[in-house]
Amino acid sequence: MSVISDTYLKLHAKWSLQRTVAELLSKRWMEPAVPFIMMLGVIVFCAVAIPNYLTLDNLTDTSSQFAEFGFVVLAMTVVLVVGGIDLSVGAIFAMADFIALVLFNVYELPIGLVVILVLLSGGLLGAINGFLIGYLKLGAFLTTLVTLIIIRATFDLTAPTFAIDIATSYNESAAWEFLGEGTLWGIPANVCILMVIAVIGHALLSRSRPGWHIAAIGSNRKAARHAGIPINRTIFWTYVLSGMLCSLGGLMYAARLNSSASNTGDGLEVMALTAAVLGGVSLAGGKGSVGRALIGATTILVLINGLVRLGVTGGPTFALEGLIMLVAVGIDVKWMKNKNKAISKIYVVPALLDLGELPDATENSDSIYAQNDALTNAEPIGLGKVDGPEDVILDRQGRIYTGTREGWIMRLSGENFEDVEVFARIGGRPLGLAFDRDENLLVCVGGMGVYGVRPDGEVFKVTDETNRTRWKIADDSRLRLADDLDIAPDGKIYFSEATTRYEMHSWAMDGLEGRGNGRIICHDPATGQTRTLIRNLMFPNGICLAHDGQSIFFALTWICQIKRYWIAGPKKGTVETVIENLPGNPDNINRSSDGNYWLAMTGMRTPAYDLAMRMPGFRTRMVKRVPPDEWLYSNINNGSVIKFTAEGEVLASYWDKSAENHPAITSMREHRGYLYLGGLMNNRIGRIPLPDADPTWDSSDSYWGPKA
Amino acid sequence: MAGLLAGLLGRFGKPSQELIVFAIAVACFIFFAVSLQGFASIGNIVAMLRSIAILGILSTGMAVVVIGRGLDLSQVSVMAISAAWTLTLMNGGMTLFPAMALGLLFALAIGVLNGWIIAFIEIPPLFATLATGLVCFGVGRWLLIDSVHAYPPKGADDFLFIGQGHLVGIPMPIIIFIVAAVFVHWMLSRTVVGRHIFGLGDNMLAARLMGVAVRPLIIFSYAFSAFIAFIAGLTMASSVASMNTEVINSTLVFDVLLVVVLGGISLSGGRGSIVSVVVGACLIGILLNGMTILNVNSDAQNIAKSVVLLAAIVIDRRLHPKDEETDKQGDH
Repeated sequence: MSVISDTYLKLHAKWSLQRTVAELLSKRWMEPAVPFIMMLGVIVFCAVAIPNYLTLDNLTDTSSQFAEFGFVVLAMTVVLVVGGIDLSVGAIFAMADFIALVLFNVYELPIGLVVILVLLSGGLLGAINGFLIGYLKLGAFLTTLVTLIIIRATFDLTAPTFAIDIATSYNESAAWEFLGEGTLWGIPANVCILMVIAVIGHALLSRSRPGWHIAAIGSNRKAARHAGIPINRTIFWTYVLSGMLCSLGGLMYAARLNSSASNTGDGLEVMALTAAVLGGVSLAGGKGSVGRALIGATTILVLINGLVRLGVTGGPTFALEGLIMLVAVGIDVKWMKNKNKAISKIYVVPALLDLGELPDATENSDSIYAQNDALTNAEPIGLGKVDGPEDVILDRQGRIYTGTREGWIMRLSGENFEDVEVFARIGGRPLGLAFDRDENLLVCVGGMGVYGVRPDGEVFKVTDETNRTRWKIADDSRLRLADDLDIAPDGKIYFSEATTRYEMHSWAMDGLEGRGNGRIICHDPATGQTRTLIRNLMFPNGICLAHDGQSIFFALTWICQIKRYWIAGPKKGTVETVIENLPGNPDNINRSSDGNYWLAMTGMRTPAYDLAMRMPGFRTRMVKRVPPDEWLYSNINNGSVIKFTAEGEVLASYWDKSAENHPAITSMREHRGYLYLGGLMNNRIGRIPLPDADPTWDSSDSYWGPKA
Repeated sequence: MAGLLAGLLGRFGKPSQELIVFAIAVACFIFFAVSLQGFASIGNIVAMLRSIAILGILSTGMAVVVIGRGLDLSQVSVMAISAAWTLTLMNGGMTLFPAMALGLLFALAIGVLNGWIIAFIEIPPLFATLATGLVCFGVGRWLLIDSVHAYPPKGADDFLFIGQGHLVGIPMPIIIFIVAAVFVHWMLSRTVVGRHIFGLGDNMLAARLMGVAVRPLIIFSYAFSAFIAFIAGLTMASSVASMNTEVINSTLVFDVLLVVVLGGISLSGGRGSIVSVVVGACLIGILLNGMTILNVNSDAQNIAKSVVLLAAIVIDRRLHPKDEETDKQGDH
């Protein structure tokens, strides 16, 4: 490999554009990004192509039209979000315009009353739609098409009888004038009103119970019904709201132009629909916001205005409108369908990981790691009764505690641990265990965080979040995969989070990535604060407080290293490497009675996998093209236990060569002359006697001193 | 009419929607016949049938699409532009058949485009056809046709025969309507394609699992609808000796839907037959003819038609209630 490609691969291991893109795509606020860019593009295009486009006069003129159109698009948006459609928006708009003019100009009613009556009439017309669609369950499209024709025909029938009255009579009113042509701080008054309504609408749609109901019905009507949401009533009121918003638009139009023509609001429904969809409001329902509606409205209005000013009319305008609609809806449909697929395709971003030479572990070799049968005849405990005991711990009474796949903490007691009981039900996937000073059992729960169980079995939450990493796109404040923990003499809880990019069920995929996605976190029960200490670690797994209480050891599974982090003393805050090149993937670390440390290895490295880790391109292709159950994963079929000193010297290794009783070992705990073994995928806990060990040594004593 | 009556009476046991519609049609007919001078005359009946011929022809195409659980809102636009382009080509010196062939090709192209967008991009039919209708109209007015109206060239008697001629004393539009209805009825009830369209409309996933080539079938149904639209366009252009492209702004497509839904073809697909479409068309013909004789203006006629359609879809919903467990809001 050349130096350049080598450097590139190393840089890629740290920063990756693909990962940034994948994380961006998972963000909800990224969804309207395309419409927003489209809007900017259209505005820039118009500003460049049309002379004097950016003059104040022209902008004011365009934006006062914007207010009317904006209301109609908002009306369309709310019904789209509830999963319907309203084709009668244009007709209601025209009707409201007409009613406003008749009430104000001909009957000379005060303006407040006019506003109220116009809104009421719009709400009433919307209520007809709402009743037919919500309560009679008619299809929204046909129903609103029919009401569109009925309202329009009624408008065409009645408007001519008032046409002359409207044109000749004139009612003086400052408020009316202001509504139509006034400005506030240079912004047209109707735009200000639109903005106020938009803010209220946004809060309503995204932050209130009725808004959530609307979105829930639109995204999954059946689920909404099962959740007890009043579907019929909510749909009814959504159409009423839509009618009122349209009539508000009509009112603005009336105040601005003081005229009503037979083609007022003609084709507005298609324009509003195009705008809403262009802004990113989904036709399938459930997805849409006020912001998106306004983005779409701006794009369409600027575009159509621009085309008119460029002298394009008639045929091309129709063709363009249709094409834009097709492209926008097409992208919407395809994107919605394939988004998650696209994200999952690019989510795994393998990086270069050079593990160094593989230490020899062959049987009968001189290597300290040489395979043996020390664990083959381990005595089985709770055989078939504990499903996946990742970690095991014993209390002062000699009872075993372990977490299982069901999300339970099991307690095994009795002479030969024959009494198996469920001690606590936490949920999630209980992993690392530790006792604190008050004999509470603290548990790292994959998918949940750090929890505690009191001696009487009561479960309490310790922490489930930490401070968010700055400048990181993905929100990593929630704990996804808390793995193992240990407690310092001052009560601070140090725990590892193996990865922030994958869930408990897909942890092995993190190994394919070979990146530093994990971290070491500290929770201080005294202040209740949780703070991240070390970031970008490669699957930090086991954690163990040194015998002197000044440092913690932690295992990095994918890079096969043991490191040490000083929490007190002169080297406080520094990290040093203890063991650099293990033959397997290290898991939990625990104290041993002779002042050293036990380390479980969940699996052994293989030359093939080591090679794959040096070839990120190979793994990328594998992840993209091969089904997941045929991917090359790291070997977790055969592990071992080793003992090492604080300086990193390996003293002994223990194997189950047959790989039948204890294939993958994820933890071990020494207690009164025995070593207890746990395994993430195992159906038992094992124990072997340790002839040379102190038969009275107990880990609780080692941490908290003999019980008073 | 006698055969139609016999067919309906055969199912007298349960009052189907088409029977109800037929009964209403007969009742309206009797009402107008009694109250309006000259309504029941042969001349008026032929005029009435002739006036609904275009509507009827379009409905047969729409029926095929709706039975396949689709909707074709671009029909009127395709009709207007393809026929108007044919006329424009003829004015440019082309003879009848090449001009017709090109017009037909244009119509089929839009139809296939519709089907492709709906089957492959999976855009809901109503938006897809709404948009392609706009595109078709826009492209036609922009590139293919010189003005709003298109007229046949002088001396194009063979063309004018399509709409103004008579065969054994019956006006050609009525004959074309009958031929179209018989053909579509035969296709839907006697051919594999027809039965597959019913399967497609009833349950698309099941049809796909059965091995029905669902996507090509969808494309076929929209192309067929466009083909029928072209036939209707020729008939219309020939019978009034012009094609007014502004027809897309009228409520014609809505009338077509009215006929289809009135005829008992559920918009949820998989149900209905051409016989009921003919019945629906007759009812609309009777209503419109009667109201026109009564001198009701077109807006009031629109309101009356809308109310009738609304009643029809309410009854449709009562007869074929939505299943709340499987239904999605947003289905038209």
